[in-house]
Amino acid sequence: MANTKRARGLNKGKRMAVPDDIIVKQGVEEETVEAVRSLAGAYKHGWETEIETEYAPKGLNRDIVRLISDRNGEPEWMTDWRLSAFDRWQQMKEPDWAMVSYPAIDFQNQYYYARPKSMTARPKSLDEVDPKLLETYEKLGIPLKEQMILAGVEGTDGADPDRTPADGRKVAVDAVFDSVSVGTTFQAELKKAGVIFCSFSEAVREHPELVRKYLGTVVPVSDNFYATLNSAVFSDGSFVYVPPGVRCPMELSTYFRINAENTGQFERTLIIADKGSYVSYLEGCTAPRRDTAQLHAAVVEIIAEEDAEVKYSTVQNWYPGDENGKGGIYNFVTKRADCRGDRSRVMWTQVETGSAVTWKYPSCILRGAESQGEFYSIAIANNRQQADTGTKMVHLGRNSRSRIVSKGISAGHAQNTYRGLVSVHPRAANCRNYTQCDSLLIGDRCGAHTVPYIEVRNTSSRVEHEATTSRVDDDQLFYCRQRGMDEEEAVALVVNGFVKEVLQALPMEFALEAQQLVAISLEGSVG
Amino acid sequence: MLDIKNLHVRLEDGDKPILKGVNLSVNAGEVHAIMGPNGSGKSTASYVLSGRDGYTVTEGSVTLGGENLLEMEPDERAAAGVFLAFQYPVEIPGVGNMTFLRTALNAQRRARGQDAVSAADFLRLMRDKAKMLEVGPDMLKRPVNVGFSGGEKKRNEILQMAILEPKLCILDETDSGLDVDAMKLVANGVNALRDAGRAFLVITHYQRLLNHIKPDVVHIMADGRIIRTGGPELALEVEHNGYGGLLTEDAG
Repeated sequence: MANTKRARGLNKGKRMAVPDDIIVKQGVEEETVEAVRSLAGAYKHGWETEIETEYAPKGLNRDIVRLISDRNGEPEWMTDWRLSAFDRWQQMKEPDWAMVSYPAIDFQNQYYYARPKSMTARPKSLDEVDPKLLETYEKLGIPLKEQMILAGVEGTDGADPDRTPADGRKVAVDAVFDSVSVGTTFQAELKKAGVIFCSFSEAVREHPELVRKYLGTVVPVSDNFYATLNSAVFSDGSFVYVPPGVRCPMELSTYFRINAENTGQFERTLIIADKGSYVSYLEGCTAPRRDTAQLHAAVVEIIAEEDAEVKYSTVQNWYPGDENGKGGIYNFVTKRADCRGDRSRVMWTQVETGSAVTWKYPSCILRGAESQGEFYSIAIANNRQQADTGTKMVHLGRNSRSRIVSKGISAGHAQNTYRGLVSVHPRAANCRNYTQCDSLLIGDRCGAHTVPYIEVRNTSSRVEHEATTSRVDDDQLFYCRQRGMDEEEAVALVVNGFVKEVLQALPMEFALEAQQLVAISLEGSVG
Repeated sequence: MLDIKNLHVRLEDGDKPILKGVNLSVNAGEVHAIMGPNGSGKSTASYVLSGRDGYTVTEGSVTLGGENLLEMEPDERAAAGVFLAFQYPVEIPGVGNMTFLRTALNAQRRARGQDAVSAADFLRLMRDKAKMLEVGPDMLKRPVNVGFSGGEKKRNEILQMAILEPKLCILDETDSGLDVDAMKLVANGVNALRDAGRAFLVITHYQRLLNHIKPDVVHIMADGRIIRTGGPELALEVEHNGYGGLLTEDAG
């Protein structure tokens, strides 16, 4: 089932000429146009850190895979795992079903490992890290000092008597620069709570039993072309383990920065929330402005055991290329959560403004009974950006629930596709799904596409614009309807409000822009 | 305008009857107060009129301007002119107060075959009404009822009423949780809306709200029935003697 809408025809009413003579469609609110335009051509993070970098030889073969493994000081089982992935990858073909086009990638003409020379000898603490690297993160607004940060946008006037330290919150950061983790903050404090938060390479060395138990169990080595590639060459990333019954005492986050030229970044994230635990995790990403496209192929695996809850938020702001589509990051990412235990719950939130090409479907396997998966996405594509993104909700457990809210906004010549799958298996009785996808076209040369797949293999499940999903409570619904809204409009209003709240709660400075985007109105959407 | 005849209602789950034959007629331009002790069925009546789930009408009829209300969905009733000022206004996180009201107003207009109100016209309308109720720009921008004080919530209800311009306004214990100043503000808002074409049903425990919103008719409700109907003096009688005397009278 495909539902493709392209902007066509010009309305006679109010016209607003924009620099590249694209005509803004009628009915789109001016504020929205401004907000989206402010993102185009004004990439703030396009600067470069001048630093000495050492590269692995160009190209990809078994030796490069061994070299990466060796640089990370990995045990043999890890090296073998990578090598078997590499062998597999060589037999695989790049997927071509997404609604994106880009020149063929020459996988032999790029670097797979780049690390700042100053990181050759692993710094023991952040104090030993090259100041230039620390400056980089400071400039990006990422606190690598272990300090409270104040949530919210208000001025940080320390004299405000209403602001006690309790208002501030701590965010632990794992800072990944090209192929290596520069450092991870608050590790000691987290350890006291039993939480392990470290770079992936450290986890392989320090907690091999956990890595072996869970790695590749959500995204198998052979899952897809890019995931397999990642399995072979991933260099670093973050690892999280939250023990049973522990509520992680602070937000965790990883900030990915690509700096080196002509280099791919392949990171691996593994998050394990053991029984009854809770963790909220935020990921941010940026890269310098360059004329050549760069590949970023990450894999994120989340395991939620019984009664565990994981919130995973992404503010994706990779360099999107210039207005003519030159350069930018190819973001080909596999993210998946396994809601393994009963009543487990995973929430994906993503704000996508960057990347030249995005191919990404954060998904949930709802294995546990009464497990819950949520996906909230705002994707804004400007200029020549292409985004093909969405989610898969695979209902295996009975009474499992999922909710999908996706907003795609396209401007300039951009193409934005929502691609989603809701699949309910025969034994997954009484499942519920609520899906809401909106697209907004600003201008007459962009495209919005919606490709929802729905497979329901039992009769007791409901997949629809569902009004009785957990958070839209009957009181809210009745209140809206008493004021005149029909059921569908009422649900949409309440759900949108909820999503806005979710996004506004994103911690960290770099998420502030994302919060402002949420204010964007989708008035004039094409549905 | 509003005609309730022999209305019997029970909870959807369970057999417990709550309204046991209510008869009530309210003409356009009139303000009727319904008073009564806790559990007498006052709030249930307001929910049944506005179409909330969870109640089953077993007997009787309710019409508004001759139209059968009971057959309509809640939003259809709203478009037909029924407005309920909630006893406990509901919070809707993330939805701006203005957005909410504009969506509601335009939904009603659409249902009535009228054009949508533009953002600019709506803003003007809102400003005028908000000023009267001392609702500041901050309250208009904040999410619906989130973090509002009790008084703010009630003022917000009346603001919604002023903008939606309903035919039948039902105020469900709007005075609960209000101090004297807030009550005056709310009452002024309501009085400003009194109009020959509009009817009010004011549900309250206490007489004090009726000092500010003068009713034409007062009904006393007990155990699912209206047991006494009279003029404003009936409210004063309740104020002085409580419900006790009326209830025994009924039993006798």
